[in-house]
Parts: sequence; structure tokens; C-alpha cells
Amino acid sequence: MKNYKTIVLANQEITSGTFRMRILTPGFSGTVCPGQFVMLRPELALPTLLRRPFGIFRLGCLPAECDGLPAREYLEILYKVVGEGTRILSELHQGDRVELLGPLGQGFDLGVPGREKILVGGGIGLVPLFMLGEALISRGDRVRLLMGGRSRDDILAVTEFERSGVETYVSTDDGSLGEEGFVTRVLERKLGKYPEAEVFACGPMPMLSAVENICRGRCVTLQVSLEAHMACGVGACLGCVVKGAGHSETRPRYLCTCKAGPVFNSSDLDWGKVAVANGSCAEGGCK
Amino acid sequence: MSFQEKKSMNVVRPSLAVEIAGIKMKNPVMPASGTFGYGEEYAPYFDLGRLGALVTKGLSLNPKAGNPTPRIAETTSGMLNAIGLQNVGIDAFLADKVAYYQNFDVPVIANFFGNTLEEYGEVARRLSDIPEISAVELNISCPNVKQGGIVFGTDPRAAAQVVALVRKALNKPLIVKLTPNVTDITVIARAAEEAGADAISCINTLTGMAIDVRTRRPKIANRTGGLSGPAIRPVAVRMVHQVVQAVKIPVIGIGGITCARDALEFLIVGARAVQVGTANFIDPGVMPDIIDGLEGFCLEEGIADINDLIGSLQL
Repeated sequence: MKNYKTIVLANQEITSGTFRMRILTPGFSGTVCPGQFVMLRPELALPTLLRRPFGIFRLGCLPAECDGLPAREYLEILYKVVGEGTRILSELHQGDRVELLGPLGQGFDLGVPGREKILVGGGIGLVPLFMLGEALISRGDRVRLLMGGRSRDDILAVTEFERSGVETYVSTDDGSLGEEGFVTRVLERKLGKYPEAEVFACGPMPMLSAVENICRGRCVTLQVSLEAHMACGVGACLGCVVKGAGHSETRPRYLCTCKAGPVFNSSDLDWGKVAVANGSCAEGGCK
Repeated sequence: MSFQEKKSMNVVRPSLAVEIAGIKMKNPVMPASGTFGYGEEYAPYFDLGRLGALVTKGLSLNPKAGNPTPRIAETTSGMLNAIGLQNVGIDAFLADKVAYYQNFDVPVIANFFGNTLEEYGEVARRLSDIPEISAVELNISCPNVKQGGIVFGTDPRAAAQVVALVRKALNKPLIVKLTPNVTDITVIARAAEEAGADAISCINTLTGMAIDVRTRRPKIANRTGGLSGPAIRPVAVRMVHQVVQAVKIPVIGIGGITCARDALEFLIVGARAVQVGTANFIDPGVMPDIIDGLEGFCLEEGIADINDLIGSLQL
């Protein structure tokens, strides 16, 4: 990992309130594995102070140009404007300076070669799944992406997944794109067909909780990528902890999302009260 | 001529070395406890050997899990935290972490706290035997746990009692870290000095609160947290100034330092050294930048020895 003082190559609104930023990152790609993240801030950061964590969406390289510009590696993040920090990021332009720390954290384990792979993405949670899909496809695995959201604006980058060779299944709560209903319903159907599959999920906590419940009930291995508020991103501040398996009031066990995660085996986490009964979400939370 | 050019021309480099209670440091910059892990978390970003000293995460007799989440929230020019002193405990620290410090030619300051007087004494005794530890910093100022700190740090008699007890149990220099959450910090500082402290470090975080207006809940689970970052620096500079006037022992300045200029404010009011906290989270390379900046400032100002700058406040 490295602290880059670098520039924005592009920053575009792709659907309402969701942006795609491309950042120059020379020498980055050789060091990344799918599921890792970066900590990002604009160089002139006032009025925000701390960096914000973003999953790495994809890597790329601009070819060398005839006017002498060398080939330039970049990375892309997708982010939603949710507060002051992301609002400031959304106003950056090409050439603006940013500071980026990464790659950070533990990425996905690619699982058993040859087994069916099912990726479950809820809204902006699909970000870390793209590089995972690419890695699995290039190894020869069959990969399906189940992409869920509240409405069509939450469905992102599906064609990019398809181009990389991933079969995609879209569902929205309001039926404005793809199948109407929760992504977990699609997951149950797919697992009924491919009971040996391995599942990888990222999205809002109620969705993850429902996915965990389904997978546990069917003894399917599951890796989840979590989100947390972070100050440092490197395991020093202990601000981003989650409850680990075996956590209790008397014997608490906290894990740093930044260092032990953001990708966890679902069995390493304490799903406690957030687990949803019977593998389906009664509260309308599986978005 | 720029600082870099002067450096490369072998102009006589100013001395940044300072000494606190017998601890010799090559410069006055060290991390604030709790913002730098046990040190190794930041080793990928710069040579830890550049630091004036290393300060560990706060240690306790038994491992401590810390507070429920959420534990942190950003506020304007600062952050609130209520981590709750999560740490591996003194035994795991001595078994797993201490050996790592042999790799660096840097004095290590072990920060610790206790729930009871007995625990403070026991941890001090165990740290006494460890050659890798150059000094200890006694935390009597954490605002985020019921016991272990602020109870002792807000009452001069309780402060004197715990400092005297630790002083007796410990054969190393003793730094006492003070809370700003008192009416008059100089009263506590003098009590600590009289009870045997070799140095004072201040300030710890200011107790604060932030609310999520949509949920109507506090932004951190502990309800209140400690405010740190640039927002508190003027308060910290004022308190360090007051403490320097009140005691004869050296003072280490802490509070919202993000660059060399910030650190200089503390040195000028009389801090012998500084600790950098929240800024480590924002830029892992900030401490070496501050050290370079101090050297550059001394060069520009024609100061041969940084000790000539310390306490040079003009009133």
C-alpha cells in the first residue's frame, strides 16, 4: 500500500446522485486484489477532515499517446453522495488533486476453482464485486451476478459485468427494472438450482443479513464485504469495528473492518439480532 | 534558497534533539496514544526510526474490548471518538508487541491506565522490568470509560494519589497525561508534579456530543465522545501555556497538530515536545513531514538548536 498524491482523470454522475470517479494511480494494479478498498480525500479538504473509504470498482490503463504521454494506470470508484465528504468529492473535476491511500484491507478469497459462483450486489454495494467477477471469469469459473435495488437508479454497471462474461439478473423492489422483488428471492431460486455454489455479497446490512440467513440454512459458503465509518483505514483508530463470531456482552470480540475486512467469511461475524428469520426479509429491508 | 537545496548543500543542520525526564529524543515529535496503534500499523508508510519517540495504544492489566459502535463521527475540523480504550492487555502486549520495538532506535513510551488504584500499580510494576520501554505515560484523562482515567484526572487529590502510587511502583520516567475537562488544569498539573510526575502531557480530548438530526440519536453509541483534531488546537495551546507557567517539570503539548507550524505554536509556548494525534488518520506520513518542517523553520530562522525556540513566547 502507498499514499498517492495524484489527480482525478474523470468524475461523472452516472445515475441520480451516484458518481463514477477515475483517478490516476501509477503502479497500483500490480498490488491489488478484488475486494480491497482505498481511503480518499481531496487535497484541499476543508471543511471535511478525514478521508472516506471506497471499494475499488475497477482498474484500467490509458494507452500511451503519440504526443508523448506515457501509458497511465488508473482506478475507478463508484460512490453515492450521502454526506458532506462525498458531496465535496462529487464536485471535483479533471485535474483536481486528491490523496489516496491503498490498496487496503483483506479482499475476497476466490474459493474453490470450478464451483458455481453467485455474486449478490445491493445498490452501490456492487462496487467491490466487479474485480472479483473478472478474476473468477479469467480463472474459468461460471459467475452470476444478482443485482438488486429499490428502483432502476440503484442498478449500476450491469452492462460492464455482462461484457466481462458475468451472467446478470436484475431485480428492483418497485419493478422499474428487471424482476420485481428482493434480490434475496432470486438468490433462493439460484441456490435451489446450484446448491454447490459459493456466494459473495455486498450491500446494505439488512440485505446481507438476509443473504447470510439463506446461506447458513443451506450450508453455502458466503463471503461478505462490509461498510463502516473509518478514520484511519489501517487498524490504528479502532473506530470501524464489527462484532466477531462469539461476541457477547461479557466477552466482547470486535474486529476492525479496515484490517480484518472489509471482506469477511460470514462465519467470522456475529449476526446476532440483525439476522432475519426464515431467510426472507419481512421488514422490507432487503434492498 | 529552498529548504531542500540548503539540505543538499550540507549547510549545518539545526539540532532538533530534546530531552524529557532523561529520555533523549532526536526530535520533539511523537504520536499521541491511541492514534498510532502499536506502531506497526504505520510502518509501511515511513521509517518509524525517524520519530522522536513512539507512544503505544493505552494498555490495561486485562484486555479491554472497548465501546459499542458507532465509535467515531467527524465534526467540523475535528472528530469525536469513544473507542473505550480497546487494547490487548499488558500480558499480550509484552508477549507479542514489545519485541518489535527492538527494530527501531526510538524510545518507546508505554501509555497505560487502570480501573482501580491496584490495577494502575500492577501495570506500572510489570512495565518496570521491560528494557524496551523507556518511559511510561499515565492516562488519567480518558473521557470515554466510567473508570480508568478521568475519575483520577479531574480531582487533584485522586490525581496525586494515583501518581504517587505509580511513582513508587515504577523505575522509569513517568509522564502524566491530563484532561482538559476541568475548571483549572494547573491545579491537577501541580498535584501530579508534587506527587512525583517527571513530565506532563496535555491535553487529552474535550468531551463532546454530536446528534444525527434524522434519527434524533447521538452519532456515537457512547452518547458523548472525545473531541480531537484542529478544532481543539487553540484550547490546547492555551492550556499548555498555562501548565508550563504552573510547573517546573517538562510539558508535552498535544491537541490538533497537523503541520510544523501547529507544532511550533506548542514549542513556543514552552512544550518540550509534541504529540500528533488525529492528523495520523488523515495522512499517515504527517509526522515525518512535521519533523522536516521543524528543521526547515529552524534553518530559515537561523536557529541552531530547537531548544532555543522552546518557551520563546513573547508577551
